[in-house]
Amino acid sequence: MQDADYQIEIEGEDGGSFTCAGDDRALLAMEQQGQHLIPVGCRRGGCGICKVQVLSGEYETLVMSRAQVSEEEEAKGFALACRLEPRSDLKLNVVNQIWIERRKEQLAKRQLGG
Amino acid sequence: MAMSGVMRPGFVQLRVLDLDEAIAHYEGRMGLELVSREADDRAYLRAYDEFDRHSIILRKADSPGMDVMGFKVATDADLANFEARLRNKGVTVTEIPAGEQPGMGRRVRFETATAHSFDLYSECALSDNGPMTDNPDIWRHEPKGMRIVRFDHCLVYGGDIDGTAEIFTECLDFKISEQAVDPENGMKIAIFLTCSNKAHDVALVRFEEDGKFHHASFYLESWADVGHAADLIARHDVSLDIGPTRHGITRGQTIYFFDPSGNRNEVFSGGYTYFPDSPLRQWTADQAGKAIFYYEKELNDRFMGVVT
Repeated sequence: MQDADYQIEIEGEDGGSFTCAGDDRALLAMEQQGQHLIPVGCRRGGCGICKVQVLSGEYETLVMSRAQVSEEEEAKGFALACRLEPRSDLKLNVVNQIWIERRKEQLAKRQLGG
Repeated sequence: MAMSGVMRPGFVQLRVLDLDEAIAHYEGRMGLELVSREADDRAYLRAYDEFDRHSIILRKADSPGMDVMGFKVATDADLANFEARLRNKGVTVTEIPAGEQPGMGRRVRFETATAHSFDLYSECALSDNGPMTDNPDIWRHEPKGMRIVRFDHCLVYGGDIDGTAEIFTECLDFKISEQAVDPENGMKIAIFLTCSNKAHDVALVRFEEDGKFHHASFYLESWADVGHAADLIARHDVSLDIGPTRHGITRGQTIYFFDPSGNRNEVFSGGYTYFPDSPLRQWTADQAGKAIFYYEKELNDRFMGVVT
């Protein structure tokens, strides 16, 4: 089942969804699908910008910066989306929502030729 | 410029989450030489045109970032003099004994207002593989990967960047080559400091959190080499930040990317020559886009806000 495509759903009114194979990392799958639902930083588990809380579903994580996700947070389902591999469909809450809003404003400005 | 006192950035020690992955990146992709890997989970690397034993240290840790950046000073007398000046100003100074890094002499460590650690040292063993000196060829072995000439500078983030800059200018004779200010209140947003002929040897950007690391930078010979680095980044799926582009500040031709632990790297070429009588170059916050990305003229949240 490693290569099954799972559905990754982002909670909230600005939410949306994308698909991710079981051997892929959620953030990278989202970027490949041209979506801007989770902010993208270093993509390598260091900066913490893509932090999410997994609300439901099974997953595994690769090594993440302890400065960004403490053991207690990890136990509560917090993870960095760039280090998150789904093992089922997932529902996620985006921690740094402000980055998404700023990104949308910038894209809208560019489309208007601003 | 007569080069005395603090001569140049000599090394940076970075924390990495996985030492094997980090070595695969810095040695395999960037093309640095792996000098040694020690029992304390540190790896030592150098660029082809550096005489000293090592300039990059990777240390396995549970969070990425910068442990310390080191500056090489000309003589042991300079080291003693700078140490006295730092202590005199009330800066926290500790001594790191010789041999804490292989081949290194004693180091004088000081802590800045922005909670960064910097070392000064005057002695480092020479590399067995360093640049040739007798009827020298341009290099001993052809440069690999991104063809990095040398480690060049770091940019760090923190709160009281004025306080940190003051240590460098008052105790260590650095000059401010360039800065960015908020014209409404005169607050400095970014400060570029040099101890040499280079446009910058260390840079500071104001940020809500202290002790943060923005990037370690490596010098390339040409714009064409920046393009070659971009090709390698694309081919090998290195995590790209931005570029190739050019900075208004320092005029560097540049590309930024992330190592496998999320530490940002820059490789760049160009940049102006600084002299001690060069007037201060200054940017205002309304021109920050052009200052940072001369072509795009637009700031980018990831570049400005992502740090380790």
